[in-house]
Amino acid sequence: MTTATNTVQANSESNVWEGGQAPFGVKYGKLMMWYFLLSDAFTFAAFLISYGAIRYTVGQDIWPEPNKVFEAFPLLGHGYPLLFVSLMTFILILSSVFMVRAVQEGHQMNKKGVILWLGFTIIGGIAFLSCQAWEWAHLIHNGMTMTSPITYEIGGHGSGAVFVGPLAFGQLFFTITGFHGFHVTTGVVINIIVFLNVVFGTYEKKKNYDMVEKVGLYWHFVDLVWVFVFLGFYLL
Amino acid sequence: MSDVNTTMEHTHAEAHDHAHEAHHENFFTKYLFTMDHKMIAKQFLITGIFWAIIGAFFSVVFRLQLGFPDADLSWLAPVMGRWLTPDGALDPNFYNALITMHGTLLVFFVLTAGLSGTFANFLIPLQIGARDMASPMMNMLSYWFFFLASVIMFVSLFIPDGPAQGGWTAYPPLSYLLGHGMTLWLLSLTFFVASTVLGGLNYITTILNMRTKGMSMFKMPLTIWALFFTAVIGLLSFPVLVAGFILLIFDRSLGTSFYLSDLVVNGQFLDKGTGSPILYEHLFWFLGHPEVYIVILPAMGIVSEVLSVNSKKPVFGYRAMVFSILAITILSFLVWAHHMFVSGMNPFVGSIFVLFTLLIAVPSAIKVFNWIATIWRGNIRLNPQTMYAIGFVSMFISGGLTGIFLGNSTIDIQLHDTYFIVAHFHIVMGVAAFFGMFAGIHHWFPKMFGRYMNRSMAYMHFWVTLIGAYLIFWPMHYMGMAGVPRRYYTFDAFDAFSQFAGMNVFITVVVMIVFAFQILWVANFFYSIFKGRKVKESNPWGATTLEWTTPVNPGHGNWPGEIPEVYRWPYDYNKNGHEFIPQTVPMEEGELEHEETPAPEKVS
Repeated sequence: MTTATNTVQANSESNVWEGGQAPFGVKYGKLMMWYFLLSDAFTFAAFLISYGAIRYTVGQDIWPEPNKVFEAFPLLGHGYPLLFVSLMTFILILSSVFMVRAVQEGHQMNKKGVILWLGFTIIGGIAFLSCQAWEWAHLIHNGMTMTSPITYEIGGHGSGAVFVGPLAFGQLFFTITGFHGFHVTTGVVINIIVFLNVVFGTYEKKKNYDMVEKVGLYWHFVDLVWVFVFLGFYLL
Repeated sequence: MSDVNTTMEHTHAEAHDHAHEAHHENFFTKYLFTMDHKMIAKQFLITGIFWAIIGAFFSVVFRLQLGFPDADLSWLAPVMGRWLTPDGALDPNFYNALITMHGTLLVFFVLTAGLSGTFANFLIPLQIGARDMASPMMNMLSYWFFFLASVIMFVSLFIPDGPAQGGWTAYPPLSYLLGHGMTLWLLSLTFFVASTVLGGLNYITTILNMRTKGMSMFKMPLTIWALFFTAVIGLLSFPVLVAGFILLIFDRSLGTSFYLSDLVVNGQFLDKGTGSPILYEHLFWFLGHPEVYIVILPAMGIVSEVLSVNSKKPVFGYRAMVFSILAITILSFLVWAHHMFVSGMNPFVGSIFVLFTLLIAVPSAIKVFNWIATIWRGNIRLNPQTMYAIGFVSMFISGGLTGIFLGNSTIDIQLHDTYFIVAHFHIVMGVAAFFGMFAGIHHWFPKMFGRYMNRSMAYMHFWVTLIGAYLIFWPMHYMGMAGVPRRYYTFDAFDAFSQFAGMNVFITVVVMIVFAFQILWVANFFYSIFKGRKVKESNPWGATTLEWTTPVNPGHGNWPGEIPEVYRWPYDYNKNGHEFIPQTVPMEEGELEHEETPAPEKVS
């Protein structure tokens, strides 16, 4: 932490853009991660704008109602609108909080702290993916796939009258949450690699835990994107 | 400061080690899995030339079909094989494959990877004073992703149902109906995007973080500015293309209908629901338009540099050049729908895109004016690179003017999808970017290979290409205004277009001559690598930038000793009685910076 502060002070003395120094006071790796996230944000933006465009074309009156689509909870059964996805979101945000702690412990060069909090982050990520797997399995079991439309009973489970939604709903849902899930999966894999490196003391030898900070940026980004996915599919 | 410095020193120390280990390198580490940015640049360049030959050959074949539709092409059977019908005519499906591959290869593999891949890798570390890229490893990966994309695309040429046939834009629903070639095409371009993103991240961070002491942003050569913004454009537009491609892959392979509505194909009704092909057009052109600036900006940077060095005059309006590039970068993201004026888009939206499109003429015109003002009354050396650079400016003006026609949505109703648009973009981004590339290769060939390219062959190639390009594309404007549509296999069936049969023959003949001279250039290139005249001095052109302060054959790490420091801007030509003053020379006492220089006395 002290070195980082020094950087800022040294920079403020002369013009940081004069060359021979990093103008933002960060190493190239972290800078690259920021620009990569910017680029990746454009990918997600393209998906979500496509979602908006298709949904607008299909029309709001035949678009399924999220409260009716996502109302199941494992073991408890039906009739709990958005409860399960709230749990998923909570888990993912919690894992982001754990990541903040891991990065903080990394700044303090506290190996044990990093192991603890990064471990929790990984567990959170796996828990989120498990929840998503259950939700997907449940929806597919109920007949929504890439090629068959969403259906649900209008008056709630067991009421009889069936609503048939557009094909686009399932296609967009699986594509976009799948693409996000793919990002979470890569995030978990990278976190595990970094976790092993922490355990084997790689960063302690290097005298910095920058790598934890870089995967931290990625993890928070994936978390942030989920908020928009959540907004698009579950709330609007 | 300390931690950043430590890393930089660390990298430098590594680079030193590499330099010392140079004699331990074997063929694989030196030429194939190299992390030296200069060798990676050469890999990009030679792969690009390989694709340029194939892409250009394809254009000759489909021009043969257009010029001589009744000709017997069976003599081409050893190369074309099944692509010819039994009576020696070109198969119509393969005609589509040829134009698709010609476009894809030239736009992506040659003018993106081959141009900005080559010069960004080669010039960025050398011109900003760095030992190598920020991450040499990612740089290597960038090339190998491109290589993987190339292998997949090459394989797709030989599969039974032929390569992709949907045009380089791959619009659904046509691209939905095509066979495996299209699948490989999508796969290949996805890897290509991975290569571009890895490269772009590296270029941007290297330019921001690794500049040598004294190299402030406004002391950077214009090549670096151009390559910087090229990387920014690529980084922000290619991901959108990937999103578009993923949806298309799902439509093709998983039965979704993002881009498909109810279709009738061969009398069969496909119940596809509520998708819209216009969505794909938006996603595609959000890359597709910035892509033309990815192609042209590096060429602009190279031309600025070459013209200034060889007319021994500072670039006219350096800051205006930088801000023009910035303006083009921003505007490039706001004009994509001018490719879609007749797609059924709301005409009001179209009018907004007309406005932004015509605005691009402003920074473009500033740049053209500045190039002309740069060489105005200069002490011009008419060596090949200067000729190519002037050729670039000529092409850019000619093609830019027709862009103003096309940018107007009302005129575009008549001109879209005709030979007018073919002529426009070939001149303004095809031939012009190639001239920029030729200029760059001739200018930096001594630094790349330690030898000069043959001048006589270069002059022959230049004049034939310049005149040939105008002879090929100028008549196409007239054909386009008469409504001759592009992408048609033959015009035999249209009486209205029969008047152009002679013109098509003429264009095809010129194409064959120009193609022969491109082969001459390639021969010159490879001949000169091994047998060209050797470079004796480290700064053969009398240039000021840092790459000419390295030894004739710089090793990995670029400078044998310390990295030079920079004291002045890169265009101190003809100043205070010196022909040129390198950036590494400290300012003399009382010497004015270029912006403070009083106007020179009038030369009698």
